[in-house]
Amino acid sequence: MEKHVVVIYPHPDDESFGAAGTIAQFRTQGVSVTYLCGTLGEMGRNMGNPPFANRETLPEIRKQELIEACKVLDMELSMLGYRDKTLEYEDRQEVAMHLKSILDEMEPSLVITHYPGYAVHPDHNALGAAAIEAVKLMEPGKRPTVWAQAFSNNFKEALGQPDINNDISDQIDKKIEAIFCHDSQAGGVISQRNKTENNKIDLKAEAQKQMGQEQFYTWDFNS
Amino acid sequence: MKPIEINKVQEKLENYVNKDVYVHLETTNGAYASHVNKNAYNVGAYIRNAKVTFKQAKIVGSENVYRVGLKMEMGWIYAEGLTDYTMHEDTKLLLAGHDREGRLMVSLQISETPFNY
Ligand SMILES: [Zn+2]
Repeated sequence: MEKHVVVIYPHPDDESFGAAGTIAQFRTQGVSVTYLCGTLGEMGRNMGNPPFANRETLPEIRKQELIEACKVLDMELSMLGYRDKTLEYEDRQEVAMHLKSILDEMEPSLVITHYPGYAVHPDHNALGAAAIEAVKLMEPGKRPTVWAQAFSNNFKEALGQPDINNDISDQIDKKIEAIFCHDSQAGGVISQRNKTENNKIDLKAEAQKQMGQEQFYTWDFNS
Repeated sequence: MKPIEINKVQEKLENYVNKDVYVHLETTNGAYASHVNKNAYNVGAYIRNAKVTFKQAKIVGSENVYRVGLKMEMGWIYAEGLTDYTMHEDTKLLLAGHDREGRLMVSLQISETPFNY
């Protein structure tokens, strides 16, 4: 059984769309989970539909949404303070050292992050790479397991089938509740995935359809 | 934000003429554009807290979509596709263009004090 799981993603809502079911499963087993959230999603395009946020109010709104989602998922939250859409321009080693200092303290048994190069958004790829670098910098005996999440269009052709395939149907209600804490983002994200306008679909039904499984690749530090 | 009222926004713009101001200008179609449509391109540009002075400012447009141009001593700033505006904290003029699902496509913001960074 895992001892402590640390989730490292850059945006408020990545945790809910990407890993809420897995997080909820760990919590029901009594495993503590901490979310290291890279940014506040300051540069998001979704402002709610109809828009209720603007470029200046969005960070605080997303911060509150994030806090709510973490409450629903019953996990600890730590905000890293980077700025949305700039993570790939930061010094990779510096970000890795920052993450390592946190991991050294928390001593997780498992880290969940994005798979560098296969996670679509530049922030996902950059923070995933920094997280993996951080774990690499640890002594081999002290390294947590790393699960990396990919979802680019070509990821299965490039990487093969993920080895971790979590059926999260027992936690789908919790996952949807967490997603809909992100009121400013949920509608826009789900409808974009479905390629429809979000006032034309039943968002919750669509979310259920898209999200029965969460997949990860166990990172191989030896190759 | 609310739909742009051209006369009101013109008036707000005049308040910043010949002053040192901070400008936020961005346009984006999002980091997922080519992920959800392989024929699309991801494009965007962003500048925050550029300190400038303009001597002339004008909003132009019709049917709820507007353009704003700012004339500086040595150049221009402009944005098109603007649909909505608001005064943030009473002193910052925010202009933005949203698509029909409320996603931000372009924004131009002007303030006498820096925007949070
Ligand atoms: Zn994200």
